[in-house]
Amino acid sequence: MTLELQGITKRFGALTANDHIDLEVRAGEIHCLLGENGAGKSTLMNVLYGLYQADEGQILLDGEVQRFAGPGDAMRAGIGMVHQHFMLIPVFTVAENVLLGHERALGGLAGAKQKVREISDRFGFHIDPDARIEDLPVGVQQRVEIIKALSQDAKVLVFDEPTAVLTPQETDELMAIMQQLRDEGTAIVFITHKLREVRAIADRITVIRLGKVVGEASPDSSTTELASMMVGRPVELTVQKQPPVLTDNQLEVSGLTVLDAIGQKVVNDVSFSVRGGEVLCIAGVQGNGQTELTEAILGLQPKATGSIRLNGRELLGKSVRDVLDAGVGFVPEDRKVDGLVGEYSIAENLMLDRYRGAPFVSAGTVDRGARDEFAAEKLGAFDIRAQDIHTRVGTLSGGNQQKVVLARELGRPLALFVASQPTRGLDVGSIEFVHSQIIATRDAGIPVIVVSTELDEVVGLADRIAVMYRGGIVGIVPAATSRDSLGLMMAGERPAAAEGAAA
Amino acid sequence: MTTQQPTAAPAETIELERAVVRHWKAPISYAVLTVVALVLMVLLARDGDARLRLASGSDFFQIPDALLPARATGVVIVVLLALLTAYAAWAAATVRRVGVWLPIAFGVLFVLGFLTWAGAGAMIPIAGLLFATVGLSVPLIFGAMGGVISERAGVVNIAIEAQLLGGAFTGAVVGSATGSTIVGLLAAMVAAVLVSMVLAVFAIRYFVEQVIVGVVLNVLIAGLTNFLYSSLLTDNPALNSPERLPKLPIPVLESIPLLGPALFKQSIIVYAMYIIVPLIAWGLFKTTWGLRLRAIGEHPLAADTVGIRVTRLRFWNVSLAGAVAGLGGAYFTLDSNGAFTREMTAGLGYIALAAVIFGQWHPIKATAAALLFGFASALQQTLGAIGSPVPSEFMLMLPYVVTILAVAGFIGQSRAPAASGKPYIKQ
Repeated sequence: MTLELQGITKRFGALTANDHIDLEVRAGEIHCLLGENGAGKSTLMNVLYGLYQADEGQILLDGEVQRFAGPGDAMRAGIGMVHQHFMLIPVFTVAENVLLGHERALGGLAGAKQKVREISDRFGFHIDPDARIEDLPVGVQQRVEIIKALSQDAKVLVFDEPTAVLTPQETDELMAIMQQLRDEGTAIVFITHKLREVRAIADRITVIRLGKVVGEASPDSSTTELASMMVGRPVELTVQKQPPVLTDNQLEVSGLTVLDAIGQKVVNDVSFSVRGGEVLCIAGVQGNGQTELTEAILGLQPKATGSIRLNGRELLGKSVRDVLDAGVGFVPEDRKVDGLVGEYSIAENLMLDRYRGAPFVSAGTVDRGARDEFAAEKLGAFDIRAQDIHTRVGTLSGGNQQKVVLARELGRPLALFVASQPTRGLDVGSIEFVHSQIIATRDAGIPVIVVSTELDEVVGLADRIAVMYRGGIVGIVPAATSRDSLGLMMAGERPAAAEGAAA
Repeated sequence: MTTQQPTAAPAETIELERAVVRHWKAPISYAVLTVVALVLMVLLARDGDARLRLASGSDFFQIPDALLPARATGVVIVVLLALLTAYAAWAAATVRRVGVWLPIAFGVLFVLGFLTWAGAGAMIPIAGLLFATVGLSVPLIFGAMGGVISERAGVVNIAIEAQLLGGAFTGAVVGSATGSTIVGLLAAMVAAVLVSMVLAVFAIRYFVEQVIVGVVLNVLIAGLTNFLYSSLLTDNPALNSPERLPKLPIPVLESIPLLGPALFKQSIIVYAMYIIVPLIAWGLFKTTWGLRLRAIGEHPLAADTVGIRVTRLRFWNVSLAGAVAGLGGAYFTLDSNGAFTREMTAGLGYIALAAVIFGQWHPIKATAAALLFGFASALQQTLGAIGSPVPSEFMLMLPYVVTILAVAGFIGQSRAPAASGKPYIKQ
C-alpha cells in the first residue's frame, strides 16, 4: 500500500505547525521523518491518524483520497500507529488492550489472546496475554503497541519517536523488528530526531524544519550533513571541554535508600561521590530511580535513609530551604511543573527561591528595582529570547524556559549543581547552550550531577558515568566506556570492572 | 513422546525490592476500640440480661431468644477483643498479612458486646435490625451503583444526592397523579437521568469542574423540590400520596430464619437490586460495554485512538448512572416512606459516594460498604427505640462516624479510575 500526504497544513492559532507538507511512503520501505523537537513531526502524524483535522491538503492511500474523521477511520484504512506516549491502559491486560475497540472483529477476549500469541510467536516477542500493562517494562509495552497495530492488519505503520524510552539493546531489537516488518511488505514511517538511528535503518529520509519539508536526504549522508539540514546551520555535535581539574569540594552520597508510598525501594542503597570540577552523569532508562535520587538530594523525598554529605555537611533530613541555602542548584526534570510558575513573569521566576531577604526583598516588600536589574542582566547573559523581563514564562518556548531555570539556579553562589534531563524537548541551539553552561559550571570547580536518558548527552558531558537500574547503581564507569557496555548496564548487567559495584 | 520447544518465557515484569514497612494503623485502631469496650462493658457495666430476639413469626422453626448476661458477656468480649488486638499487633511487628476475617470478627464482636451492654434489661430484635439494615441500604446501594458507573466512565458523580432527591420527588408526584406505581418508578428514573444529563453536558461538553457542577446540582434540586413541595404538594395532598409498591414475599425463601424476612419479603425495587448489582459487576468486567467504559475512565486518549467515541460514550453512561440512582430515589417515596418530604434523602447521596470510594469503585464491594452504612443507621434506630444509655445525639452520629472512619482508613489504599474527574479535551 502506498501512502501519500499532499500539501498538509495544520495551524494552531497563529502557529503553523505543518506548512504544505508532502510525503510519500511505499510498501516495503522505511521512510524516516527527521526533524528537531517542535519541527511539527508529531502534529503531522496526528493528522494522518485522524486525531487532528488538517486545515488544508489531503491524504491518499493507493491513489484514493481518504477522509479520516477519527482514528477509527484511519485504522480501518490500514494505518497503524505506535505512539510516543503509549496508548495503553495501564490497569488492563495485554489482551484487553488489544481487544479494546475491536471486540467483535477479534472474537472476544479469547480471540484477542489467540491473536496476541500468534503475533508474538511471529516476531519472537515472549508476551503473556494476561500480563497487566503496568507490570511490564517499557520495552515490552512498546511491543504490545506494535501487536495492537498489527492485530488490525495495518499496512502502514507509523513509529512516533519509538526509541526515546528504550535502552540501546532494546533499540537494536526494535530496528530488527522494523526491518522484518518492512521485508514482509509493510510501509513504515519512522519519526525521530536521532541521527544515528536514521542512518542505520532508513531507506528514504525526509527532513522537516519549522513545519516545512526542507528536502530529502540520502541514507548515506553523514551525521553532520543530516544535522545541519535538520537545524538549518552547521552544528557542533560534540561538547567542547577540557580534562577536569578536580577541586576539594565534594558531594558524598552513601547508602541512600528511598521508599515510595507502598514501601518499594525506588532508590536502593546508592553510594557515589562527585568532586568539584567534574561532571557525574547518571544514565539509565527513565523510571529506574533517577528522579527520586535527585529529589532526595534536594530534600523532596520524605522516606529517605542513608547519608548525603556536601563538603562535610549532612543534607539528608534537612528542609528544602536549608538544602538550597547550602548552595545546591537544581534543574528539575519537568520545568513546566517543577521549575517555573507559568503565570509569573521572567523577572518573578528568576527570584522565585530568593524571597527571604536581600538583595530582592527588604522589609517584607519586593525591591522591584533590584529584581528588574537582575532579570535584565540574566536576560542578556543567558540569551533568553523574550519581549522583555515582564513576559509571562508560560508563553516562552521550551528552550527559553529552560534558560530561565538555568539563569535562576546558576545565578547564586553554588556548592553543588544537579540537572535532571536538562535538554529534554529542546531544539539543538538551546541544547548547545545548556551544555556549555553545564561545562562552565564544572570548570568553575563545582560538583555537577547530570541525569539524562539520552546516551549521546551522557557520553558528551560526563567525566564519569553512573548507570542506574531498578533503583540501584549498576556501576560507575569512565566516560570513555563503549556504548554497548553502557547499554548492557542500562539493562542491569554489571560491568567487569567498575568502581561503584563494590563501593 | 513429543519433544516440545520450551514455551515462550513469560514476559518479565518489573519488581522492585521492597523494604520492610510495618503498618501500625490497624493494631492501634483495634487497641483504641478495645479500650472503649473495656470502659463501657466492664467498668461501666450494666446489670441485667440482654434478650436478643432472633426469630420472626413465619420462620420454618423458631430460634429461641438468646439471653446474654450483660456483665459476663462484656468481660468475655473484651478479652476476645484484646486477643484479636494482640494478634494484629504481632502480625504488624512480624510483617505478616492478616486476612479480612480479622476486621470482620473484631467488628462483629464489638457490635455484639455493644448491643448486649446497651440492651441490658431489654429485648433487641435482631431480625428486625437486619430488616431495617436492608431497607436503609437500598437507596445507598442504588446511589453507589450510579456512582460506580459514572466514575468508572471518568465523570465524578457528586450529584448522586440530586439524582436520589429528584427521583424521589418525581416518583411521588407521577405515581400519585397516574395512580400507577410502575409509571412512578419509571418517571423517577427519567427525572434522575435528566439530572445526570445536566451534569454530563456541563462536565463533558463544556469541561466545567465536575465537583462544582455536582454540588450546584445538589443545591439546585434541593431548592427546586422544596419550592414545589411547599407551593404545590402541601395544598394538593392527592399529588403526594402514591400507592406503595406491594411487598412480594418469595415463598419458602421468606421463611429462612433470621435472614428470610430481611431479604425476601421486599418490594420489586429490592428484588431489582439483587439483579442489578451482579449485572453491573458482570457487565463491567466481562463485557464489551464494561471494557470500553473502564477504558474511557482510565485513559480516554488511548480509547480514542482505537476508534471509541469518548464523549458520546461518557454521556450515555453518565445518563445510565442517573437511571440506576433514580431507582434508589423512587424507593424513598414508592416503598419505604409513601410520601415526599423536604430533603428526605438527608445527605444519603454523599454517603453513597463514600461507599463508592470505600468499595474501591467495584460494584460488589461498594454494595458491601453501603450495607455497612445501612447497618450503622439501623443500629442507631433500633437502640433509639429500646432506649439506650447513650444520648440519642451521639447515636445519630453513628452512621457518619462509621463513614468517616471507613473512608479515612481506606482512601489511601484504593485507586480511583485514572481519568475520573478529568475532562477529555480534544484538539
